[in-house]
Amino acid sequence: MKRTLFLGILIAIWEVIYKLQIWPPILFPSPIEVGTTLYNGFIDGSFLISLGYSFKRLLIGYSIAVIIGTILGLLIASFKTIDETLGALILALQSVPSIVWLPLAILWFNMGEAAIIFVVVLGGTWNMVINSAAGIKNVDPLLIKAAKTMGVKGHQLFFRVTLPAAIPHLITGMRLSWAFSWRALMAGELLGSGRGLGQILMWGREMGNMSMVISVMIIIAVLGTLTDNLLFKIIENKVLERWGL
Amino acid sequence: MLKIEQIHKSFEQKDGSKLKVLEDINLEIKEGEFVSLLGPSGCGKSTMLNIIAGLEDSTSGQVLVEDEPVTEPDSQRGVVFQDSALFPWLTILDNVKFGLKDKELTSKEAEERTLKYIKKVHLTKFIDSYPHQLSGGMKQRVAIARALAMNPKILLMDEPFGALDEQTRMMLQYELQKIWLETKKTIIFVTHNIREAVHLSDRIIVFGTQPGKVKEIFEVKAARPRKTNNSYLLHLEDKILDVLKEEIEKVMKEEIGDEYNFEENPLPWDPDRDLGSNI
Repeated sequence: MKRTLFLGILIAIWEVIYKLQIWPPILFPSPIEVGTTLYNGFIDGSFLISLGYSFKRLLIGYSIAVIIGTILGLLIASFKTIDETLGALILALQSVPSIVWLPLAILWFNMGEAAIIFVVVLGGTWNMVINSAAGIKNVDPLLIKAAKTMGVKGHQLFFRVTLPAAIPHLITGMRLSWAFSWRALMAGELLGSGRGLGQILMWGREMGNMSMVISVMIIIAVLGTLTDNLLFKIIENKVLERWGL
Repeated sequence: MLKIEQIHKSFEQKDGSKLKVLEDINLEIKEGEFVSLLGPSGCGKSTMLNIIAGLEDSTSGQVLVEDEPVTEPDSQRGVVFQDSALFPWLTILDNVKFGLKDKELTSKEAEERTLKYIKKVHLTKFIDSYPHQLSGGMKQRVAIARALAMNPKILLMDEPFGALDEQTRMMLQYELQKIWLETKKTIIFVTHNIREAVHLSDRIIVFGTQPGKVKEIFEVKAARPRKTNNSYLLHLEDKILDVLKEEIEKVMKEEIGDEYNFEENPLPWDPDRDLGSNI
């Protein structure tokens, strides 16, 4: 209720600024105009098609990021030498925004899908590595001890105790990784080629169609919130509750 | 059935010096016996239990179970820790069943055995609950059921009721006595609570500190189930406290300084210390 009201006020302020004509209407479209663009875009399917392209890249990149991230995290948590070498490198890499890799990616993979997916993978991997390593390092040693006294050892111990005990951290890693992949995807699409959401946004800018630009921004914001708050937050909360955290 | 032979244990400290934790522990424990290891904190009694469990190595000496030396943890020696150490992602049923997976049991047998021990600790209503939904005392009961379900020869308990409130603790002590009488397991029970030890054990091994060593051994010859107001038990409690006093004083002196005395000059009961000067 509060949120609906807040949204209403926001749109009203937008309308007022539009009416004040600070910028010409072509640069600052009215809420109604943006609404119509959104509506038409979904009716003629053009938004849905580009959403499909974007999601395909995102899902491929994200899956690769989660798999690589978990494996690297596991190695870092298991071997001290790898932690001290690779672990330090990954902390450094994490501070590099993944879009910075795009120029190289374009040279290595040409202007195609692969370059953007590469950026998405880099965007999602580092957080996953850090969280999965933390998850495995922080497993309560008492649980390991208890399992050992029941005769469980070796890979059984890993799959039946260490891994499940690390799941809360893994879920947090997956959530952060998703958010970072999403950002990386948008940045990559703005600069790269293809038919994703980012490209529609760029195309709108070149056409001088600001209402298109704003529509796409709204879609990006809504999708980001939905996946984060509805999907991942719910899973995370359930897991945290189950694990008694 | 369990022989502890000349166990020594020392830890390397950060400055390179060695800290002696256990010195020359020799014990023999008979089958079906309930033995308590009693001592002030830091006397190495938990370390001793971990060595018996195979979770820690001794510096020298050996532990023999039915003439086989202990080298690693094994389901023959079940352990109940102070924290229940249940797996939070499993239901109570699956927690108790956890150790039965590798045993040569059909899934039906495993299920039956699990239910039998859950029933023994009176938690049948909670088989589908998760550990975070249970109270501390209930979790400890699950932990006991989990250890018993493995059908170990020896049950090792490391201050299992240490974190519980007094009422729960008394109830669990009573239940443990009953379980012990029914199953006739050999139990080694670590505690710093004299009353608990007197109440439960056949034999009490009192540990001295710095380094940890066997100071004195008491036998408790009282019928079961035992009542707390039994005068023989109370008398025994006093005797053990006298032995422990010295050790507690040693620990306190280490922590507080040399001026500490277990019993200062006793004061009259009047809080104003009025010795008649107002007459």
